[in-house]
Amino acid sequence: MENIRNFSIIAHIDHGKSTLADRLIQFTGVCNERNFQDQILDNMDIERERGITIKSNAISLPYRAKDGKDYILNLIDTPGHVDFSYEVSRSLASCEGVLLLIDAAQGVQAQTLANLYLALEHDLEIIPVINKIDLPSADVDRVLEEIDSELGLDPFTHIKCSAKEGTGIEEVLEAIVQRIPPPKGNPENPLAALIFDAKYDSFRGTIIHCRVFEGTVKSGDIIKFMYNGTTYKVEEVGHFLLTRAKREKLSAGEVGYIIAGVKTVSDVRTGDTITLQDKPCTHPLPGFKEVKPVVFASIYPIASDDYQDLSDSLEKYKLNDASFIYEKDSSAALGQGFRCGFLGLLHLDIVQERLEREFDLSIILSVPSVRYRFTLKDKSVIYVDNPSHYPDPVEIDKGEEPYIRSSMMLPERYLGAVMKLCMEKRGVNSVMNYTGPGRVELSYEMPLSEVIYDFYDRFKSVTQGYGSFDYDVTDYRESNLVLMDILVNSEKVDALSQIVHRERARARALLACERLKEEIPRQMFKIAIQGAIGGEIIARTTITPFRKDVIAKCYGGDISRKRKLLEKQKAGKKRMKMIGNVSIPQSAFLAVLKSDTD
Amino acid sequence: MKNEQAGLYIHIPFCLSKCGYCSFYSIESVNLIPEFVSALKEEIKNYSNIFSLFDTIYFGGGTPSLLTPRQLAEILEAVNKYYKIDKNSEITLEANPGDISLQYLKELRGIGINRLNIGIQSFDDKILRFLGRRHSVKEAVAAIEAARQAGFNNMGIDLIYGVHGLGIKSWENTLQKAVSFAPEHISSYQLSLDIKTPLYKKYSSANWHLPDEKTELKLFLTTSEELESTGYIHYEVSNFARLDKFKSRHNQKYWRHVPYLGLGPAAHSLLNNKRWRNKALVKTYIKEIASGKMPVEGSEILSNEQLQLEAMFLGLRTKTGIDLKRYKTKYNIDLFAEKKTIIDALIKNKLVELKNGFLRPTRAGMAVADSLALI
Repeated sequence: MENIRNFSIIAHIDHGKSTLADRLIQFTGVCNERNFQDQILDNMDIERERGITIKSNAISLPYRAKDGKDYILNLIDTPGHVDFSYEVSRSLASCEGVLLLIDAAQGVQAQTLANLYLALEHDLEIIPVINKIDLPSADVDRVLEEIDSELGLDPFTHIKCSAKEGTGIEEVLEAIVQRIPPPKGNPENPLAALIFDAKYDSFRGTIIHCRVFEGTVKSGDIIKFMYNGTTYKVEEVGHFLLTRAKREKLSAGEVGYIIAGVKTVSDVRTGDTITLQDKPCTHPLPGFKEVKPVVFASIYPIASDDYQDLSDSLEKYKLNDASFIYEKDSSAALGQGFRCGFLGLLHLDIVQERLEREFDLSIILSVPSVRYRFTLKDKSVIYVDNPSHYPDPVEIDKGEEPYIRSSMMLPERYLGAVMKLCMEKRGVNSVMNYTGPGRVELSYEMPLSEVIYDFYDRFKSVTQGYGSFDYDVTDYRESNLVLMDILVNSEKVDALSQIVHRERARARALLACERLKEEIPRQMFKIAIQGAIGGEIIARTTITPFRKDVIAKCYGGDISRKRKLLEKQKAGKKRMKMIGNVSIPQSAFLAVLKSDTD
Repeated sequence: MKNEQAGLYIHIPFCLSKCGYCSFYSIESVNLIPEFVSALKEEIKNYSNIFSLFDTIYFGGGTPSLLTPRQLAEILEAVNKYYKIDKNSEITLEANPGDISLQYLKELRGIGINRLNIGIQSFDDKILRFLGRRHSVKEAVAAIEAARQAGFNNMGIDLIYGVHGLGIKSWENTLQKAVSFAPEHISSYQLSLDIKTPLYKKYSSANWHLPDEKTELKLFLTTSEELESTGYIHYEVSNFARLDKFKSRHNQKYWRHVPYLGLGPAAHSLLNNKRWRNKALVKTYIKEIASGKMPVEGSEILSNEQLQLEAMFLGLRTKTGIDLKRYKTKYNIDLFAEKKTIIDALIKNKLVELKNGFLRPTRAGMAVADSLALI
């Protein structure tokens, strides 16, 4: 156990976490140059393209240190986005130390801070690593000052590196060995292993990623999940090298995997404790929490024939994403579909993209919603995350919506613009701190619904990418809520209905009407697009019809050529949704969801 | 209508010069005509076990009027030898105004041609030159008069609108002039630019454009209104007839999926759900027939879905419209029930009407017939 080090790398997005992980893997020689693929830990296409880690991953690195001893360094990768902060916290709970990676040019950002706080909560050894020192805009002195003043860490403990160029890597490895304490625990004690991730494998079922704190687990053992008491027989345990490497047993201090015939990842809760059925530990490891989705939207297939495909795809997708939930839903306008819950908008984006990319589905997404709380006249309380379940307005006594406490870091020059944006988004109770020369930390309480609408895009835009943003859902607050519908030729498009604050309804309706006007192609007759609250029309646009499209050309017996042209158009039309007598393309639905900055 | 007889199309792929807008296949080497006629007679024989009876024959091109009456007579003799030709057949020849003397026309009458379609295109010399036609307005007028004199009492003329520099006024003049000759049939085509044509290059290098939607619509409606006000029936998007009996019987077969046999290079044929087309090159056509082969370039079997789409777009281009009952029998689809919401909206917007079990486009509906087909 003395030779094991469990660590994680934490950083703000794009500060070079995956690149540093790659260098550590390369340096310790787990894989040779030939099968090295950049950013090994990010093995989903989307992760690599977007440069963010969605699911955490782990790898064991064998390393002979300068002291001549051999060590096993377990790198536990963490997701890098606010939507997944619980998963980050579970990964950190599995470590004794972290590398806090800071971009030499950008300095400390919101997520650097948020991640640092998480690491401090877990009482981890923190090694500040200043990355990208090769950049011309690198300003190491300023970063050192920020480490001191903003992070409250000792700036003399830092390491400088350039993961891209491969400099400073050995220093990082030596610091891991020397400064991060070895794990504690006793292999003879009752088993206590923390689940920090789970992956679905179509041959073996769920691969549980865990950190053993106490005791030992080996194949043949009957394990028990302490959250719900279910038991499974262990088929295999092992370490993570580039692929899974089977071992006799996993003992206290080690990081590895357990395969135990668990069918789906949903049967496993990240943060749960695994123990042995016949010799259980007395208490679960601390910190478990059930992750609850905060953003909801419905997914419909464009062609109703694809419903079964969508259903199958969601089932497959769900195998690997325990935080995604869904249930059947149906829309008058769009037919059969599914109501889905997400951890946040990025999570929603990822699910949508993966369904379209990996499962080749054309889908329409309804306007995302948060979960509202209504107290009715009869004093009953209901939660509504789907506008189609909006209660009868005369029955409502009180409406409430979830609020967040945001944390933003930005250069001072953007302060005015960001404050304006926050006020526009109904932000209240602002707190402001100068964390360094020219840098401000700003915090507002805001309705979550405003944040998921278009806040993040606009924030990035007004801060020209220099601002960072993080949030926590805090509480419910009373709000003047209404249900806003969109009608196309008097037909309600229920997927575009939104629950909104009364004062925002008109602007939101106008924007939706304008967006639809841009995206819905002209048709043979006039199309009226309206926004309404109940029977009251609050916004309206029209699309003029086209009047001439026929080609009055002579084409003898060559009818096939003309038909082929029409077939193409018809195929295009199939990708549209008929609402009443109007064909609406997928892009129109997407456009309504988009923010107005682009 | 069930027992409609098949039509015969004969493509004469020669032109003395190509018109700038035309994308039909033709070549200028008229010295090949004799060889071509022999090959054609051979091809006529080749289909005698597949087709047996025709009641329309249509010589199209190219320029059929480049053939001598003798050559045309030989072709018709061959047709008569291998097929039964209904005694009331419509036998049409497309003619170029510059080619047809009174003597020539009389001889055409003599060999049985009873319908003449003259490619007038415009009564404006400037436009004719612009389009690359080799005749003048004077020749056009002379051709029409000669046709009458020769006894053609079923005469059609072709006109083109939407030409660069041709305003509504000039088009109205051309229409009025056309009507003054009281042709039995008028085809009024909107200029379209096929990418392979010289006129396309001319337009793109001069940065000219086809008329915008508003102007196009105006031209289309003006044509329809003017001609209908003088008694013509606007029976298809581009076609007008003075009386029902003067509608092009041959062309209507195309629109109704009636079988037709197309002979000659690049000609298309349809029998039941099979459509095929001949190879385009005249020399290849001649060579393959000489070596006993069918010069077929390719064929397709039309799926039920494809036939339906064709029935929709062809039917909704005609004033008759779609016979809903027949459509149901043929495709097992109750079009009206299936598309009720959209058809109701179209009726409300006066784009189609429902009459005696037919779904038919209104004048405004004809202008958007391509979209009507996609409902």
